[in-house]
Amino acid sequence: MGAWTDMAFILVVVLDLFLLASSRLGAAIRAVALQGALLSLLALLLTGSGHSVGHMLVVAGGAFFIKAVLIPWLMFRAIREMAIRREMEPLVGYVPSMILGGVGVVLSFAFSRGLPLPTNEMHPFLVPTALATVWTGLLLVVSRRKAVTQVLGFLVLENGVFVFGLLLTDFMPVMVEAGVLLDLLAAVFVMGIVMFQINREFASLDTDALSSLKD
Amino acid sequence: MILLVILVPFTLGAVAFAWPDNRTRPALLVAGAIVHVLGIASLWIQPEGPVMNGYLFLDAAGKVVLTTSSVLFLASAVYAQGYLRHRSDRDNRVFVGGLLVLLSAMTTVGMAQHLGVLWVAIEITTLATAPLIYFNHNPRSLEAAWKYLLVSSLGIALALLGTFFLALSGAGPDGPKSLLLGDLIRAGPQLSQPWVRAAFVFLLVGYGTKMGLAPLHSWKPDAYGEAPGLLGALLAGGITNFAFLSVVRVLQVTTAAGEGAFARDALLGLGLLSMALAAVFMAGQRDFKRMLAYSSVEHMGILAVALGLGGSAVTGAFYHVLNNGLAKGVLFLTAGNIHRAYGSKRIDDVRGAARRLPVSGPLFLAGFLAVTGTPPFSPFWSEFMILNGAIASGRYLVAGLFLLFLAVIFIGMGATVLHVVQGSDEGAPVVPGFRETWLTAGPPLLLMLAVLALGLWLPRPLMGLFTAAARLVTGA
Repeated sequence: MGAWTDMAFILVVVLDLFLLASSRLGAAIRAVALQGALLSLLALLLTGSGHSVGHMLVVAGGAFFIKAVLIPWLMFRAIREMAIRREMEPLVGYVPSMILGGVGVVLSFAFSRGLPLPTNEMHPFLVPTALATVWTGLLLVVSRRKAVTQVLGFLVLENGVFVFGLLLTDFMPVMVEAGVLLDLLAAVFVMGIVMFQINREFASLDTDALSSLKD
Repeated sequence: MILLVILVPFTLGAVAFAWPDNRTRPALLVAGAIVHVLGIASLWIQPEGPVMNGYLFLDAAGKVVLTTSSVLFLASAVYAQGYLRHRSDRDNRVFVGGLLVLLSAMTTVGMAQHLGVLWVAIEITTLATAPLIYFNHNPRSLEAAWKYLLVSSLGIALALLGTFFLALSGAGPDGPKSLLLGDLIRAGPQLSQPWVRAAFVFLLVGYGTKMGLAPLHSWKPDAYGEAPGLLGALLAGGITNFAFLSVVRVLQVTTAAGEGAFARDALLGLGLLSMALAAVFMAGQRDFKRMLAYSSVEHMGILAVALGLGGSAVTGAFYHVLNNGLAKGVLFLTAGNIHRAYGSKRIDDVRGAARRLPVSGPLFLAGFLAVTGTPPFSPFWSEFMILNGAIASGRYLVAGLFLLFLAVIFIGMGATVLHVVQGSDEGAPVVPGFRETWLTAGPPLLLMLAVLALGLWLPRPLMGLFTAAARLVTGA
């Protein structure tokens, strides 16, 4: 059991680094989907005696459906309908972003060592994984040009926040967790609509074309 | 009544989406606005206790922001009747529905006493606003909406992480294990301080993005520049003020936990940076709507500085929320009129607005004088109160920088505004069929009169409200 949980956390971080280095959109979307699936698995694996199992099943099932099925499906549909080219053209190259990502992982471990949790620790990898994933998401959003990749980055960021939220399942009301999932869906939904509009207006999904507003 | 002012605008928003007729739909805005103003007025006369297990309650700080926005929304709703009639070519289903949902979400932020509810409501304001920015359906408004959505979503995601940190800080054996404001403040020093500190950083970045504090303001010039004038008014005088209220909530908890000094220093730094940046970008701005965006950055900076100073400056901050909100209403609504009268918002094209628009032109100038803190308008008094707070607490450097930035901004903004208002409009582009009507010129005129009246005479209950709101933050 413990080894599986370790493995899942490590895989989440490996996927972060993979995303930073990946140049193909299809592979990146699959990686985000896999990460979403891992998160729902983690939600189940971390279910301790203190949780109500039914509640955790709902959270894990909801996370799996939205993060691993629904949103990847929407993203695949978006890139198919817009016939986007395979590669992404990053503002920051793949190797530098990998290095930055690696630095983020190290810093996350240092940060979580320096900040002991006030509550009993669920798993020593939880906080560093969450922070490293948030950092990866931020990096992806600011260093990529394609609207699709920026949305992917935002999803990774949300995944990191979700991992951190697992710490709170003991005492957070369900409503706030539902808010997390809802937010994810709503944000991408709206972003998706905007993306289709961007496509119609510019015939490409390059946010560099969106640069007429400058000072 | 608390639930009513949240649910009625929301229901009317749903009705607006279903309403078949494009010409009569905007009337729903006025209906929602009137119900809202009456509801808030009744809460003034007869305050109500907490509802929904204490999740919703209108305290003094919420009342200041909510009253400001309620008045501003009413003015914008009346203005929208004239504006949407002028733009009858465009389907206004999403616009009217979105504005009403926005009103409902803003009201929830104003009353939220639970940081989770607060976060969800802030998220809804973002989702409701993005399609409104895209009202004009051109590439530029699309770009603005995209930037707004992306930057705000990032901020909101970080704010959620900060909220989680705060929840965790109270998860120890003696902790409150709650995100209710009252529980967190009561727990105070029992919260885990390092986590409170980390939470404050994330929440300040998150809600600071929604406020548009520098350097997190990158969405602001585009969104304000491309959105219709009345949405600009609601962004600058409504949504950003609610983001300020969210920061106030976080500061309440942080102060109770004993990390107030750290939090105030961070606010002071961001506030001064915002004012400095606004001063730089205001000078030589060729687009008068983008200029207003930098004015909004400046005023959010002023609010952050006031919170950072603490003491009597915080009373000034709540006073300034009201003054800035009303003055921004005047500026954005008149700017919208000028924009439509010339078909341009570049100052190379627009001149002689006072001649072409006998009400909106002079009002734009008066609004500029008010918002830059010229007596006898009310922003002068609130800015004076904040400056006084800085001097009283011996922060002479802050006071000096505050005055310097205000002066530079006055000059920079004045050059642009005078260029727009003065002179002859001969040779400037003409939009056939545009005429100023009472529906579009009346609301900013009334707002301007309110700003003037509040500058000449501040009713005692209002001052009492500002003091009570400040007491929530300073605890004194």
